[in-house]
Amino acid sequence: MNFFFSNTLTASFLFAPLLFVQLAYSETAEEKGLAIAMEADRRDSGFGDYTANMTMILKNKQGKESKRAIRSKTLEVPGDGDKILSIFDTPRDVKGTAFLTFSRKKGDDKQWLYLPALKRVKRINSRNKSGSFMGSEFAYEDIASQEVEKYTYRHLREEEYRGVLCFVGESYPVDKKNSGYTKRISWVDTAEYRLLKVEFYDRKKSLLKTLTIDGYQQYLGKYWRADSMNMVNHQTGKSTTLLFNDYNFRTGLTDKDFNSTSLKRVR
Amino acid sequence: MSARLFPKTFFTTAASILALLLLLSSNAQSLEVDGEISVQGFLFFENGAWPHQKNQSVSGAITVKIFHEIRDTFHLALEPFYRIDSEDQERSHGDLRLAEVLYFTDNWEISVGLGRVFWGATEFVHLVDIINQTDQVEDLDGEEKLGQPMLHLTVPHDWGVVEAFVLPWFRERTFPGVNGRYRTVLPVDTDRAVYESGAGQHHTDIAIRYSTTLGATDLGLYYFNGTARDPILLFSHKQTSSPMLFPYYEQIGQTGLDLQMAAGEWLFKVEAYYRIGQSRSYAATTFGFEYTLVGIADTMMDLGLIGEYVYDDRDDGWLPTIYENDVMTGLRLAVNDMDDSNILLGVIRDIHSDSTIFAVEASRRLGDSIRINLDASFFMNMDQLDPAASLARDDSIKLEMVWYW
Repeated sequence: MNFFFSNTLTASFLFAPLLFVQLAYSETAEEKGLAIAMEADRRDSGFGDYTANMTMILKNKQGKESKRAIRSKTLEVPGDGDKILSIFDTPRDVKGTAFLTFSRKKGDDKQWLYLPALKRVKRINSRNKSGSFMGSEFAYEDIASQEVEKYTYRHLREEEYRGVLCFVGESYPVDKKNSGYTKRISWVDTAEYRLLKVEFYDRKKSLLKTLTIDGYQQYLGKYWRADSMNMVNHQTGKSTTLLFNDYNFRTGLTDKDFNSTSLKRVR
Repeated sequence: MSARLFPKTFFTTAASILALLLLLSSNAQSLEVDGEISVQGFLFFENGAWPHQKNQSVSGAITVKIFHEIRDTFHLALEPFYRIDSEDQERSHGDLRLAEVLYFTDNWEISVGLGRVFWGATEFVHLVDIINQTDQVEDLDGEEKLGQPMLHLTVPHDWGVVEAFVLPWFRERTFPGVNGRYRTVLPVDTDRAVYESGAGQHHTDIAIRYSTTLGATDLGLYYFNGTARDPILLFSHKQTSSPMLFPYYEQIGQTGLDLQMAAGEWLFKVEAYYRIGQSRSYAATTFGFEYTLVGIADTMMDLGLIGEYVYDDRDDGWLPTIYENDVMTGLRLAVNDMDDSNILLGVIRDIHSDSTIFAVEASRRLGDSIRINLDASFFMNMDQLDPAASLARDDSIKLEMVWYW
């Protein structure tokens, strides 16, 4: 589940399904959060694979903009995290640069970087998850697969956000040492479990960033994917917008499209 | 010059691939043409050690990248390169970096033509990278390579990737000319290359490689048999001209290993090889670590700390090499701004002699499609017995502007 292209963030920000509210009378806020995270994960599972195009727009405090065009391929791996391949088309000096990530439910993700000028595949350390992804306001941990197991959860309340009833709750990274966050607060709509907003709190527990997600569309009659995500950094005034288009599901990708051999011939 | 770097077979290969490209390019949608144009200026702080060496030079280069997708699984790539240098005739040179056809299925992949293959793990010294010849006149770091004629078969399995190479034509290393900087005490006369093999440049080299990922470790093992890419430089005893060196290319068998491992917050890297065939068998290794401090001083900047060591067992004086017992340390600052600014500081220090090379590489984007690179190199305390001693007066800065079109 790639944060980039999906509502699958929901998976990690989920809260008890309405169905269970009465049954789970004695359920703690933590149990409620986890139960729903699993339910959301279940709702988004079975997509198989998909491809999408993304435009990343970086904006600084003065309003200066810089754009990157990225294509991505995602493969669902039963029983483990997704495999994700992201390929840069622009800026032109990094054209053909590719990231390959094998997400893990437990333990560290595996990540490689392909540098086309040298035809070199470099291992990168997935523990550096709080680092900026290509100069954007998105950290590696934001764009990584949001597996349920990577966080613990606590339900706070239900409230309306933009006229939609949402579960509001906190999630905490399991890997506290390397995450850039102490907690995230998320707004997830109660009807479809789509993630609408996230607030990120830094290591000093102050508000660092806010992510808002818009333009959800449903694919294959089941899977919700957003058309845009906007991340604002409150401490620097910088922001990054991601615009998505051309989602294609079940394109026939297999493990063989996500190995070192295919990485070296990536176009 | 160009006749040597572009032997007729290359022209023929290139011409036929280009013809094929044009023939098939009726489907213009799958034809991509882009490339780079760059201008660079060098400034040296001292007069060269030898006459004719200038303290400034300018140079321009063009790379055209043509890519054609005939089918999903059938690709053509052509990448001609040409450089003109104001001072060094040997640096004014051209090459076909790529001219290859690639066909792949789910279970195997084959490429034929001039290709580029990288093997290795470490940052400072690339010991085990052997398929392509180094285009030495391009850069001191040796990362620029000449296109290598090859037939390259790749078979990926769940348990690893097996690759086989047949390399039917040898590419000679480029060396700076008489007027060039960063050269050996005596210039190298590349027109008088000598081969151990009677087949000379036509010797067919072979290589096989196995690579795999085991948990947090990427591992590669290979065997190469053929012409050494790094020649021994011998003194010319030709009476009629000024003294020169000439390259002597020997036949070798080389077993190599490269390893990258993520361990907690650390990345560990190892390269090693064992070589037979030269007058004595020997081994060489380089290994080290990279540790990244993320978001230093509450900014978005990342600081990478790199420590590496290289050892070559010809260190006993049998055959001096530049990297025989050296420690390398590096700092890599990634600003993570819009312009992708970064700075790399590197120090290479010979443990025995204290000869020290200090290098700075700074780079940033300018607008959408221009990148500016500023490199500086300083050679300090160079020991006269170190093969790098000839660089002692070559402290310099290089400013380069690259336009990606």
